[in-house]
Amino acid sequence: MDFPIIRERGQNEIFCGLTSIIWLHRKIQDAFFLVVGSRTCAHLMQSAAGVMIFAEPRFGTALIEERDLAGLADANEELDRVVARLLERRPDIRMLFLVGSCPSEVIKLDLQRAASRLSETHAPRVRVLSYTGSGLETGFTQGEDECLISLVPELPADAGTAPSLLVVGSLADIVEDQFTRLFRAMGIEDVRFLPARKADALPAVGPGTRFLLAQPFLGGTARALEERGAQRLEAPFPLGVEGTTAWLRAAAQAFGVDETRFHEVTAPAVERARAAVERTCEPLKGRRIFFFPDSQMEIPLARFLQREAGMELVEVGTPYLHREHMAPELDQLPADTVLSEGQDVDRQLDRCREAHPDLVVCGLGLANPLEAEGMTTKWSIELVFTPVQGYDQAADLAELFARPLIRRAKLRV
Amino acid sequence: MQLTVWTYEGPPHVGAMRVATGMERTHCVLHAPQGDTYADLLFTMIERRDRRPPVTYTSFQARDLGRDTAQLFMDTVRAAQERFQPQAMLVGTSCTAELLQDDPGGLAAGMELPVPVIPLELPSYSRKENWGASETLYQMVRTLAGPQAPAPGSEPPASDGRRPRCNLLGPTALGFRHRDDVREITGLLDRLGIDVHVTAPMGATPADIARLGEADFNVVLYPEIAAASAQWLQRTFRQPYTRTIPIGVCATREFVREVAELAGVDPEPVLADEGTRLPWYARSVDSNYLTGKRVFIFGDATHAVAAARVATEEFGFQVVGLGTYSREFAREVREAARRYEVEPLITDDYLEVETRVAELQPELVLGTQMERHIAKRLGVGCAVISAPVHVQDFPARYAPQMGFEGANVLFDTWVHPLMMGLEEHLLGMFREDFEFHAEAAPSHLGGTGSERSRSPEAPAGETAGTGSDTGAAPTGDAPQWTPEAEQELRKIPFFVRGKARRNTERYAAERDIHPITVETLYEAKAYFSR
Repeated sequence: MDFPIIRERGQNEIFCGLTSIIWLHRKIQDAFFLVVGSRTCAHLMQSAAGVMIFAEPRFGTALIEERDLAGLADANEELDRVVARLLERRPDIRMLFLVGSCPSEVIKLDLQRAASRLSETHAPRVRVLSYTGSGLETGFTQGEDECLISLVPELPADAGTAPSLLVVGSLADIVEDQFTRLFRAMGIEDVRFLPARKADALPAVGPGTRFLLAQPFLGGTARALEERGAQRLEAPFPLGVEGTTAWLRAAAQAFGVDETRFHEVTAPAVERARAAVERTCEPLKGRRIFFFPDSQMEIPLARFLQREAGMELVEVGTPYLHREHMAPELDQLPADTVLSEGQDVDRQLDRCREAHPDLVVCGLGLANPLEAEGMTTKWSIELVFTPVQGYDQAADLAELFARPLIRRAKLRV
Repeated sequence: MQLTVWTYEGPPHVGAMRVATGMERTHCVLHAPQGDTYADLLFTMIERRDRRPPVTYTSFQARDLGRDTAQLFMDTVRAAQERFQPQAMLVGTSCTAELLQDDPGGLAAGMELPVPVIPLELPSYSRKENWGASETLYQMVRTLAGPQAPAPGSEPPASDGRRPRCNLLGPTALGFRHRDDVREITGLLDRLGIDVHVTAPMGATPADIARLGEADFNVVLYPEIAAASAQWLQRTFRQPYTRTIPIGVCATREFVREVAELAGVDPEPVLADEGTRLPWYARSVDSNYLTGKRVFIFGDATHAVAAARVATEEFGFQVVGLGTYSREFAREVREAARRYEVEPLITDDYLEVETRVAELQPELVLGTQMERHIAKRLGVGCAVISAPVHVQDFPARYAPQMGFEGANVLFDTWVHPLMMGLEEHLLGMFREDFEFHAEAAPSHLGGTGSERSRSPEAPAGETAGTGSDTGAAPTGDAPQWTPEAEQELRKIPFFVRGKARRNTERYAAERDIHPITVETLYEAKAYFSR
């Protein structure tokens, strides 16, 4: 797996880690995410959310103002005041994340200390944690990694050695439920999820914990869990039929599920999913696809589209390449796949125009300009906002890529 | 530190981007960390632009902070200059880079670029988007047009019998209907015999900005963005500028007279052939039901003040609330509020706006996308009159706000969310019809109406996020209603029920009446009736 890798530094057309709050605040139902940042951060959240989620979202911004820059002691007092007011207004909140931003990091506002101070003030009703979502440290989905890292020390200790399975990474509730049913049918009863849907239902972790990463952007979380004695099960990611089977099999093998049982449990779902994927992928066969870096999901998606949908990979861009976690994915890519890590957006656009692929996966800032140049695009943010993992979503995933091509063929204007 | 969920305005560098993106042959380099590129999607998605904004970001990360971010900035400027070959280069910082104090303006000035460099100071922790747009336009105008300034005491050049000409100042990318306002006003001026010399920033090149001084006068469409530039042009080139914002029929007529005076042309032929239906539609008897409709208005200062006048003089509405998020133009809004005898609301906290709307119980809200959501929650009709904008505010059809055609658009847009005249009467008469009940939305809008209408027991009045689902007085010392009185209250249409409840309870409390009966309800109604 020695792929030629284009490594670039330049303008990065990627969201910062704050953006992951948009799904995290829905996933953890009694948590609030308070960004300590600037008007830019607040504006980003509102713009990236696209449609304003006006049913009072569980996120907000403590805007740093000029006078907060004058003295940090005052900034801390101000933060305490803002948090007190917020918690008073939202008595339903059990967990508060103070989320660091670029400006809070540059002025060295110590949110970790602020979190422990505020935790004491508001215990036992509310736990206050902190992590960074700043663009200086994180891109887009890395925000979830940082959030989960901050949760790991909070997980109750599981001293027992009886094996339990922990699935790590935000999944749609419906996907979690599907996986739980499959694992139970195999005889794996003790299945836990991180993040949990409720702040006070955090999964216990210990030497018996075997964990599967459900998302490819959780390098730091995996390390933190390993430090608590948990063992990572190596697997590709549960995208597409093959990915899902391999991912489930990694757990089955670790929990001593025999192959016959595994087959019995998965076969009906595999069959159903294969047929659906087969139908949906028709417009994708033989088409050439180009990925701009965005969520770190690019490599598993490319593997799915190349192997199960018959697409040809022109360039697979990823904001960051975690070689160890990606190994099972890279093993399945064609040997001549062009990977790129990091970004210089103007140069990458040059390459994209030159290659003129049939489908371009890119962010919202690039999609319409590329469409206007005659290219067909799939905007990548939808891939993190849609249930795409597991058997019963495999065809939905393929459909997300097929739709822009079908649409282009339909339109006569 | 201020707690906020939604903001009316972005940071000032987004204002700079709106100016740069509106223009041609201009490029902007922003010293900004990874992630600030999100602002591109405002233009490519909300406005559906077919080109990327002409903005390059340095995208610095933590590892760059220990090294030389100034060098990174200069490398980025050099690469952008070579790739995009603009006529002028804007340089500035976003909020984070402002803290680094790399001095992008100084750095870029020292690079000896082949084009003018315009450094922007954009204080992110005290200023906002509109200020940033205004400052950017002002700095461009000063830098590019300044060298053409006439010597003090020199005579203006003769006009050689050409038609009078003016500049149109203020329209930017991502502006609320700027695209259509420019077309409407350009057409109106043409009918008056006046040429538009330069429209800026929208569509202008830096070379066009340098020619601004050649016009006879300036038309300021959006003072939030163009007033500072117009004032400088007046001082420097002795160009007068217009004060009237042509929104609504009355204001457009005044605007026609104002520009005709400045240009020395006859306004009467245009005024004799206005081509607007608003005056007749407003007088048509079916519009009777519009009389005295209670309207709450919030937006940028220019649009809010203009809407208040149109609502009063051209729709016959009653303005019950008026406010703005533009602190820079608070004075204008306060003055207008005094004219309508309402308390001005100057705030950029949408929760405060929501509280005010809930208190005032208007029948129509004219606001921004924020107020659209507020109105939806409270079950009140709403039309959008101002930025901040949403993809819906860039309609495919021609829909200006300004000029005579703009007045037609206002009539259609503002009347649309209201209950139609006869429908309102029938609702009043047959409140218990199972399909035609009091919670029904206007029938031409379809669906089940507002969130409020699905929970008939929740009168308007709460603010977002209090977790409470009733606007009634807090439990404990809640006023007692007899079941019959409660039943009667429910027959009152939902959009005035909260007010009826509060008035009745106030009336009862002041007179120490327990419990509230059907009689109390009607006594209170008579007492508070206008």
